[in-house]
This record gives sequence, C-alpha cells and structure tokens, in this order.
Amino acid sequence: MTTTLDHPSYNFNVVRQFTVMTVIWGIVGTLVGVLIAAQLIWPALNFETPWLTYSRLRPLHTNAVIFAFGTSALFATSYYVVQRTCKTTLFGGKLASFTFWGWQAIIVLAAITLPLGYTSTKEYAELEWPIDILIAVVWVSYAIVFFGTLVKRKTSHIYVANWFFGGFIITVAVLHIGNSMAIPISMMKSYSLYSGAIDAMMQWWYGHNAVGFLLTAGFLGMMYYFVPKQAERPVYSYRLSIVHFWALVSLYIWAGPHHLHYTALPDWAQSVGMVMSIVLFLPSWGGMINGIMTLSGAWHKLRHDPILRFLIVSLSFYGMSTFEGPMMAIKSVNALSHYTDWTVGHVHSGALGWVAMVSIGALYHLIPVLFNQGRMYSIRLINIHFWMHTAGIVLYIVAMWISGVMQGLMWRAVNTDGTLTYSFVESLTASYPFYFIRFVGGVLVVLGFLLMAYNMFKTIGAKDGSLKPVEVA
Amino acid sequence: MMMDYGTLRGLIALLILALFIVIVVWSYSKKRKSAFDDVANSIFEEDTEIKHNDKNNKQETNNNV
Repeated sequence: MTTTLDHPSYNFNVVRQFTVMTVIWGIVGTLVGVLIAAQLIWPALNFETPWLTYSRLRPLHTNAVIFAFGTSALFATSYYVVQRTCKTTLFGGKLASFTFWGWQAIIVLAAITLPLGYTSTKEYAELEWPIDILIAVVWVSYAIVFFGTLVKRKTSHIYVANWFFGGFIITVAVLHIGNSMAIPISMMKSYSLYSGAIDAMMQWWYGHNAVGFLLTAGFLGMMYYFVPKQAERPVYSYRLSIVHFWALVSLYIWAGPHHLHYTALPDWAQSVGMVMSIVLFLPSWGGMINGIMTLSGAWHKLRHDPILRFLIVSLSFYGMSTFEGPMMAIKSVNALSHYTDWTVGHVHSGALGWVAMVSIGALYHLIPVLFNQGRMYSIRLINIHFWMHTAGIVLYIVAMWISGVMQGLMWRAVNTDGTLTYSFVESLTASYPFYFIRFVGGVLVVLGFLLMAYNMFKTIGAKDGSLKPVEVA
Repeated sequence: MMMDYGTLRGLIALLILALFIVIVVWSYSKKRKSAFDDVANSIFEEDTEIKHNDKNNKQETNNNV
C-alpha cells in the first residue's frame, strides 16, 4: 500500500455544501410533514388554497424528506467516505459541483411543480418527465464521480461502505429510469409507458427498492463508516459485512409485490413478494447486529457520547422496522394493516428512526471535520436533540400503531347479517386523538432539527480550531 | 433440444445460490482473516498520519464530553 506523507487534497467543498443543505432540507421536509399532520386534525389549515391542500403537500413532504434531506445526506457522506477510504480526491473535477447544483435545482423544481398540481401520480416518483430527465442526468454524473474515484483509488481494497454506496447508486439509476418511462403529451403531462397491473408492478418494484437501496443500502454505507469511526473501533465483523452486502442486494429487488397484496397482480407474484420479504429479515438483522456489536466491549461510550447514541439507536430502529416490515408483508397480516395508519407508522419508524437518526449522527461527526473544528459547538444541544427526536418518534409510531390496528379492526368488523359494523367516518373520528399525538411527535422532531441547524451554524462560524475536543475523563 | 424457459430459470436460481455459498465460504476462510482485519482498521490509518503532521488541523473528531 502506498501512503504519502502529505495527505491528498480532498474535495471537501461539495461535501460541505451537501452537508449544510441536508440540515436545511431536514427542517423544510419535516415542517411540511407537521403541516399536513395538522391538516388531518384541523382541515381548515389548507386555507381554501389549492396549493396548500393535503393532496399536493403530501408528495411535497415525501419528496422533500427522501430526495432533498435523505439523498443530500447520502451525497455528502458518500463523497466524503469514498475520498477518505480511497485516499484520493473526487474524480471528475467540476462534475461533482454539477451534481450539487443539479440536485438542488431538482429539489426547487419539485417544490414549485408539486404544489401547482403537476404530478405523474406515481408514489415517490411524482415529478413530471422534464424533471425526471434532469434527475437521470444528475444521477449518471453522480455515478461517474463516485465510480471514477473508486477507479483511481490509492488503496488496494475497496472498503465495504463504498460497496453499499455503489450498489445504491447503480440500482437507483436503474429503478428511476425504468419506472419513469413515459409518453409525454405536453411539457408538463405524460402517461406511463406501462399499463394496468404491469404499471402497478413496475411502480412498486421501483417504490420498494427506493426503500431498499436509497433508504437502506445507502444509509448502511453511512453506518459502516461512521459507526466504527465514532466508536473508535473497527466494525464487529468485516466478513459478515461482505455476506450482508450480497445477501441484501440480491434479496431486496424481489420484495416489491408485497405492496400489491389482494390486487389484480397474479397471486403467484404476490406470494413470491411475500416469501422474499420474509427472507429479507435475515440480512437486515445480520447488518444491524454487525453495527450494534461494533460497540461490544465499549458500551460505556454510549453514556457520554450523544452522537454515538444517535447512531446506535438508529440501528435499533432499523432492527425494529426490518422485523415489522417482513411481518406486514405476510398476506394475512397485510389484510389487516394495509391502507391503515399502521403503514404510516412503519414508514416513519424507518424514516425518522433509522434514516434520519443515522444521518444526524453521521453529520454531527462530519461537520467539525469539514469545518476544521475539534467538536460541535455544543455537545449539550446534541444531547437535547437526541432526546427530542427520540421522544418525537416514539409518540409518532405508537400513536400510528394504535390508530392503524384500530382502523383495520373497525373496517373489517361485520354484523351477524353481514353488514359493516362501522362507517368509515366512525373510524376517522376514533383516530383523531392519535392524529394529535402524532402532530406533537412531529413538532418535537422539527424543533430538534432547528437545534441542529443552530449548532451547525455556530460550529461553522467559530474560529478555525477554536472548538477543542473534550477528553474523556 | 431447446431448454424449457422454466428449467432455465430454475438453473439460474441454483447458480446464484451456489455463487452466494462461494461468497460466504470465501469471506469466512481462515486465509482471508488477517487481510479483512487490516481493511476494517484501514479507516483509522490516515488520522494517525495527520495527527503527527498537523496538530491544529485535527481531522478526527472525538466529540466526547
């Protein structure tokens, strides 16, 4: 292995840009979420304005948290990790900068077109065709920068985090281009190239793998670098990480049909989706155990380090969601859970618990490194953020579990003569208290993000090197 | 004789299963152990170098209280 004494000048500029925008989009995305959560309790909050209605803001919320917040976090951490582990600067020079400005332009376009009502109606792929083309261009550029950097690496081995990042980048390109195939009929309207049940299957092949690769594999890449770094110990088992990678990527791709149980999709395809989803439990838990056990013998660190707490609790939520997911993919369970708030609770335990917490932990580790500081401006504020975020998630998902199971039971209840026991509105009225608890949980999450932004800007603004790392007693 | 489409798919599934077993055996072979241990530790390498070179521009955060 060749290591020169002067460390290569890394391109940290693009990492800094994505890092700052991750926090900004985190606030925006969760704030829109809180607004629509409030609209479910107080419908008057749409102010009779079309572009403030739930139907238009809901896709704005999902796009903002997944593609603005989550994907910016992935850009930032993947660009950072690939440079550090390959000991070389980013490939492609200005192309990295293009991915930043291109991706931000896409987010702004989404924030304009979705409230205006332009939508392809595909969940998590609502953006219309001109924006889809821009996404494809930026994504291919991202792949060129990332893989170009891997090719010119100064190390012999490719560290496992990069395998997960690389797998996520390739698969998302395939998913996005495959599912977004459409016939445009005007500048802002197109129709899917696929029809009927095939269109539904394409959509959930895309939809579930957006979860599996963007929201899982990508963030596992983050986990495999930042958990060992923050814990100051190598990953529990490097061998397990290799098996984890191949098992995860070869199984996830088949799980999509569990979104289409009891629909026009052929029964055999539904069963394949169900079985593959259950098998998926194994690599998911293998990876989670690998992450958490990295701390084995050093559990005391959790007592003092709120950043490590963010990272380890994110893995606990990952374990919970990846147990809940396969269970919900079982057809008989799905008959109860589907179309209820249980699904919403499941998604948020994954999104707020796993995705957001691992990103927040990684960013708290990363921000001081990027801005030449020994630590964040305030460790106390990180700790407060941790408890606010955790309390927010617990309120959110417990409320949605109760509300969801209740809805499922009320909708299927029948009288002895075969008529439905409850009207739909009765189940809605019963959900109101839980919608309020969910709203409170969401407010806590947003406030936590605001604290994070304050802490971040204080760290950036401080004189270089003035924040000294605090030694453990 | 042309192979039946279903048979072909079955064979491909078996092939992928065999490949997976090879990956597991390869990653857990005794010969690879020390190499993998080195790789797992490689993420800490650069920091020690930088610590020696430039004390003010400390790249590694500890962030511990």
